[in-house]
Amino acid sequence: MSLLSVENVNKSFGGLKALDNVNLEIAAGTVHAIIGPNGAGKSTLLNCFVGRLEPDTGSVMFDGQSLLRIDPHEINQAGVSRVFQTPEIFGDLTLLENVMIPAFAKRDGAFTMNVWRGVALESDVRAKAMDMLADVGLSTKAQDIAGQLSRGDKRRLELAMCLVQEPKLLLLDEPTAGMARADTNNTIDLMKRIAARGVTMVVIEHDMHVVFSLAEKISVLAQGTVIAEGLPQDIKGDPRVQEAYLGGAHL
Amino acid sequence: MRNSSMSKNDLILLFCFSAAILAGPIILAPIGAGYPDLLQKFAIFGIFALGFNILFGLTGYLSFGHAAFLGAGSYTAVWTFKLLSMNPLPAILLATLMGGLFAALIGFICLRRSGIYFSILTLAFAQMSYNLAYSVLTPITNGETGLQLRQADPRILDAALGRDYGAVLPSSDFFGIDMTGYPGFYFCAVILIACFFFSMRIFRSPFGMMLRAVKSNQNRMNYTGLNTRPYALAAFIISGMYAGLAGGLLAVTDPLAGAERMQWTASGEVVLMTILGGSGTLLGPVIGAGAIKYFENIFSSFNEGILMKAFDFLPESLQHIMVSISSLFVGEGWHLTLGALFMLIVIFLPGGLMEGFNRLRTWLGNRTGGGDGGAVPDTAPAPSVGGD
Ligand SMILES: Nc1ncnc2c1ncn2[C@@H]1O[C@H](COP(=O)(O)OP(=O)(O)O)[C@@H](O)[C@H]1O
Ligand SMILES: [Mg+2]
Repeated sequence: MSLLSVENVNKSFGGLKALDNVNLEIAAGTVHAIIGPNGAGKSTLLNCFVGRLEPDTGSVMFDGQSLLRIDPHEINQAGVSRVFQTPEIFGDLTLLENVMIPAFAKRDGAFTMNVWRGVALESDVRAKAMDMLADVGLSTKAQDIAGQLSRGDKRRLELAMCLVQEPKLLLLDEPTAGMARADTNNTIDLMKRIAARGVTMVVIEHDMHVVFSLAEKISVLAQGTVIAEGLPQDIKGDPRVQEAYLGGAHL
Repeated sequence: MRNSSMSKNDLILLFCFSAAILAGPIILAPIGAGYPDLLQKFAIFGIFALGFNILFGLTGYLSFGHAAFLGAGSYTAVWTFKLLSMNPLPAILLATLMGGLFAALIGFICLRRSGIYFSILTLAFAQMSYNLAYSVLTPITNGETGLQLRQADPRILDAALGRDYGAVLPSSDFFGIDMTGYPGFYFCAVILIACFFFSMRIFRSPFGMMLRAVKSNQNRMNYTGLNTRPYALAAFIISGMYAGLAGGLLAVTDPLAGAERMQWTASGEVVLMTILGGSGTLLGPVIGAGAIKYFENIFSSFNEGILMKAFDFLPESLQHIMVSISSLFVGEGWHLTLGALFMLIVIFLPGGLMEGFNRLRTWLGNRTGGGDGGAVPDTAPAPSVGGD
């Protein structure tokens, strides 16, 4: 059954139709990849899931609840976390604090005036955050300021920030862009482990190695429309996809 | 339970802070600041700046209107004296509440915007309050004359308890102790220490971490399931309560309230205090407030006579030139000195005096530091080479 269902979503920017009647079903417990050329509308689609943008028309249902016209923090509290294409982290804070904040958000909700119990006493949250940093290979930098990290490290930090929330649905916008090959492989391993825990994932990715190592289902987006959808082996051979996405090159 | 939530370092810091404040009359005597009127100002403006720092230092929202809460606190305290009692406790309690209430109202509106628009909105609100205090609200504020005590004030609580002040104008008294002079200072000092403690709790709490997150990246906060608005508003209200309390204490030590306390220069002053001392640090705002009030006291008391004496080692013509130049910077012209001082700090020590102290400590550590005790700069850069 689907965890996320997107029906007839349209979004225009002035005259540009960025999303043209998009329909999409994300099955619970799967890794669903969205691929497509630059400017196809992939990030715009994710923006419509997390409240960064409101679609002009259509519906986005998550776990029986509409994600439209509610605040981003409510969407997250419902169980949707996102890694952005340009990392969104707390650049002035330490890595540990960056990961503790989402853990607090998950435990205490959207707003809590927790003034008397010092951070030093929150050993559970701290331990959880440290574990998560170790998972993404950043534990040695726990006390560094996040803004000074390399782009690849920022991405992994953001991934840790999302994962520590144990989301039901994880949205990843090009999670390996800007990473060295070795880091990419580590990230693939990490994502496989997350998938094994039963987390549903939507991954936007350009690196076909990543896509075919992870995805159980693939949707191809071009000029705001889903032009093909199916199992990885079907997509690989689909001539429309080769035409639109790679200009005929071999996948 | 509560003790265990404070680290040893924090306990030491709190202890040293308290000791330094309480010993203020002795410590500050050598620099000529060991007298109660000035010490009271240090403590009161220290509280004002501590609160301002919770808003500006943590969340990054720069308010240019905090004097409105200070003024509201003063008026509330004087009214409490007039209507209820000359005891300072109800006065400062109600002043704090009024500061918070007023801040909730103004914050709710101004926090719809951020950055420079927020600053301008707060400035506009404070100027509106200032003008209202002079015009429409004259029945409450007594306009230009300022709100004063009168012998005939009802003081119902005092009357009910049979407290009679006789034919003299009463001054605020804490169960029989007159709140002028040293007792007044110690009253403010104890409250300053309590405020410092509370500010420390906020800095070290998950709530404080969220406030720093507001400053760092509000987008990320929203997509992380946190509602940024109530966090910013809570910080705004807390800082408004600190300001109201400070305003109340001004009235406790000198029971009158005037609209000039709400003027934009007063709002600007607390910004300067916080930045001068080091915004976002625990101690900085108190140090900044002390420094500004100290220099204000010195520079504004200079006059030509004193300057003539200071330069009388020079030949007479030179002496006159020096005096006419330097007299621009003293007395009424003290704000010129303040401006110059502020520019120097912002350019050379953007982290304020606290950054200066830290640099000095590192420098001294490096000079004297041998073998074991050397203060290693703890900002060891961690180059991200490790492809693990
Ligand atoms: N906020 C916006 N305002 C105007 N145009 C936008 C905005 N966001 C995206 N677009 C445009 O919509 C199209 C799809 O963009 P995007 O979703 O980022 O593509 P992708 O992520 O697939 O590379 C692009 O032509 C882009 O320029
Ligand atoms: Mg994109």
